[in-house]
Amino acid sequence: MEVTTAWYLVLGGILFAIGAFGLLVRRNPLVMFMCIELMLNAVNLTFVAFGRELGDIGGQVSVFFVLVVAATEVVIGLAIVVAVMRRRPDATADDIAALRG
Amino acid sequence: MMETVVFIACAVICVTGALGVIIAKNPVHSALMLVATLFGVAVLFLAMDAQFLAAVQVIVYAGAIVVLFLFVIMLFGVYRSENLRVEPIAGQRPLAIAVGISTLALGIIIVAVATGGSPTGDSAVTAPALDSMTAHTQSATSVFSDNQSIGEEFLPNVRQLGRVIFTDYVWAFEITGILLTIAVVGAIALSRRAQRRRGEDEELDAGEASPAAGSSGGGSATGA
Repeated sequence: MEVTTAWYLVLGGILFAIGAFGLLVRRNPLVMFMCIELMLNAVNLTFVAFGRELGDIGGQVSVFFVLVVAATEVVIGLAIVVAVMRRRPDATADDIAALRG
Repeated sequence: MMETVVFIACAVICVTGALGVIIAKNPVHSALMLVATLFGVAVLFLAMDAQFLAAVQVIVYAGAIVVLFLFVIMLFGVYRSENLRVEPIAGQRPLAIAVGISTLALGIIIVAVATGGSPTGDSAVTAPALDSMTAHTQSATSVFSDNQSIGEEFLPNVRQLGRVIFTDYVWAFEITGILLTIAVVGAIALSRRAQRRRGEDEELDAGEASPAAGSSGGGSATGA
């Protein structure tokens, strides 16, 4: 039994679906960020799998840039979360109106 | 055979960790489960000959991003576990399950169609198509990097990746640097502004009589 690219793609699909489900269900903004990381990792997996299938190093370059953007997004997102939670320590994602003014 | 064992073990770790992230009530447990998933993905990168990305995955994700998550959790949410029994919006969970399953089904259908109907991908239909695609890609690559692509297949992964990043993708790489600078400045600006305006914020809190008292926020601001 040989591992083909399709296996990696299916695993990426499962991880993406789990991440999307968690993002829709959970309300803690930190856990929602973790679910976004899960989805990004699923996409990274498919990028590398396709890159290997097609013999193109561009897939790995894309993953490199996705990693950088993910790090940036986490930094800014967590800064916003800290700024919101400083005023309302029990804020959830439902209290998004707290960002107003 | 070896790759099959590695893949199955890592897939089990990844899916277990992902389920743990969305099931765990405590955010600390979610973060630790996320580390498990990230390690699984890193090993899968290794299995696909992407050594540099596996190292970066462990260093950046597990070493930096998850630690950042844990710092913020320790600042605010350690003892605050979410009550997963109540549903904030009526009918949200069934809809979310439907969305998740349809996303998964869409992905699997695409893979199944692309591999000629069987998810194991042993069809003879895809091989020529993929070969022609590979040929196109390689010819396109060789147009861009004319003499450097000679023998690129035999270079180690890190050298290959570095060569491509600093030639074909150098513009995107520079923009990435600008993006990181903006992120650093933005993070500092977000956290410093709240500190400088603490007096105003307390007045605001007292004025609008919000349920959250400004005292704990003020305490953490002075602590930071």
